[in-house]
Amino acid sequence: MLHTLTIQEARKGLDNRTFSSVELTQACLGRITERNDEINAFITVTKELALEEAKYADGQIAKGKATQLTGIPFGVKDAICVKGIRSTGGATILDNYIPPHEATVITKIRQQGAVLLGKQNCDSFGHGASNENSMYGSVKNPKNTTKVPGGSSGGSAAAVADNQCIFSIAEDTGGSIRQPAGMCGVVGMRPSYGRNSRYGCMPLASSLDTIGPITKTVEDAAIIMEIIAGKDERDATTVADPVPDYTEACQKDISGLTIGIPKEYFTLGGVDPEITEAIARYVTQLEKKGCTIKEVSLPHTKYAVAVYYIVVPSEDSANLARLDGIRYGMQAKAETVYDTYSKSRSQGFPEEVKRRIMIGTYALSAGYFDAYYKKAQKVRTCIRQDFTNAFSSVDALITPTSPFAAFGLGQKTADPLRMYLADVMVSPASLAGVPAISIPAGNTSEGLPIGLQVIGPRLGESTVLQIGNSLFTQ
Amino acid sequence: MAISIQDVEHIADLARIHIEDDQKEQYATQLSNIFSYIDQLQEVDTSSVEETCQVTGLEDVVREDVAKDADEAQKKAICDQFPQKSENLLVVPEIFSKK
Repeated sequence: MLHTLTIQEARKGLDNRTFSSVELTQACLGRITERNDEINAFITVTKELALEEAKYADGQIAKGKATQLTGIPFGVKDAICVKGIRSTGGATILDNYIPPHEATVITKIRQQGAVLLGKQNCDSFGHGASNENSMYGSVKNPKNTTKVPGGSSGGSAAAVADNQCIFSIAEDTGGSIRQPAGMCGVVGMRPSYGRNSRYGCMPLASSLDTIGPITKTVEDAAIIMEIIAGKDERDATTVADPVPDYTEACQKDISGLTIGIPKEYFTLGGVDPEITEAIARYVTQLEKKGCTIKEVSLPHTKYAVAVYYIVVPSEDSANLARLDGIRYGMQAKAETVYDTYSKSRSQGFPEEVKRRIMIGTYALSAGYFDAYYKKAQKVRTCIRQDFTNAFSSVDALITPTSPFAAFGLGQKTADPLRMYLADVMVSPASLAGVPAISIPAGNTSEGLPIGLQVIGPRLGESTVLQIGNSLFTQ
Repeated sequence: MAISIQDVEHIADLARIHIEDDQKEQYATQLSNIFSYIDQLQEVDTSSVEETCQVTGLEDVVREDVAKDADEAQKKAICDQFPQKSENLLVVPEIFSKK
């Protein structure tokens, strides 16, 4: 049962020589082999490389050279590039793509000696909230295989929940780490925009994309954040602020903190009453632990999804213009250069990617730029201001991660707008660039996980982890 | 906001995405629904609000403008990704065609 361990437990076992990294890696690979046909969490499994890396890690441990992640197996969302390893982003336009470069955060993780198990399924280039927009098949929720795992990092969350890896590295633009973590019953953290490098991440919306961990515990998330955070010369939007001791922050007492409950999150989007009750129970716990609870208002919350679905497709349509079938990836057979572009893109993108590129192209096209993109960016300022106002009187906000638990496969695919509304609780923090974590908060009567979200002020990761860990470990 | 089939054709052309004829109506309906939802943004008074172009507050991030040479292995890794090549050169479709 080695594959069920957390990072902290695995570290202890490896350091005490209770088991080797090869044994731990074999346990995870065995679990993947046993479960991948059904759950479909991995697109590419790097078995041989993993065993090689594990063997090397065992050597390092024997020499006393182990660091925090030496010998610990992990998976990476396929929209994040790993040098020399096929990275499709969940779309066949990159079916044969082997990146010549590597995401900075992945290099940081691998320099610690972590063992790469493979690349995880996701909605193509992060476009989705259910993982049904992958061209490599839907991922199934390990807690109930008739349900979606959430998205877009559905494979990364499902793999952690199903113990196929010890942790995952994923990407969150508008909720793609938190929402699937919530639906699969694991921990997922989106950092402040600019806290972690985006270099090597296939871009969705450059002003919102972030890379963060999906883990089994909040302390594990803190360990990963401490390793991957920091300024990167290859990403000009990273900030130089020193990286705090996040693992220490997890241990801090939360008494005396003021927690805001944003009323709009409970009145909009038809929140399942079971979820409201679950969150209320956790709020009571916070009071018992000495926190002051305060109701706050973020009046522009209801516009977040509308803003999101202009800003993201607009940036996205520009970013994905690079995938043209000319320099890398799949090239459709065509007579002219125009047809090479349009057929490669038509064949290599799924419906949802085409739809979002079209939304963005329209919003940015002549005559509509002011009405849509500019307007959305102004309302985005109002959403940010709501958070700034709230954080002037509270230390953090508590909300559900999603208005409903995992829904049935195919249930929302016919109506894209209904699917977009699944992001109503997670997209506001993304637009404001503030950090947030989703932690498991019990189950519905149907046995499906409920996610609780803690949102903090910009660069307030320590507070988010502190509150998250206190609730997680109670 | 209603998006017509002609709009879909125009957008698909701008975006260089080939759309089959029998899919155009579906895209028109879906995009119309999405833009109708987005139109609620018009009710927010933003007359005195600046746009958010970034959230970090960083300004004028600069670096030395120096070329870094890639080693042979890196060059090979890049060239290996070319869909069509002639030695180490990328072969592209004819650009000045009449079509």
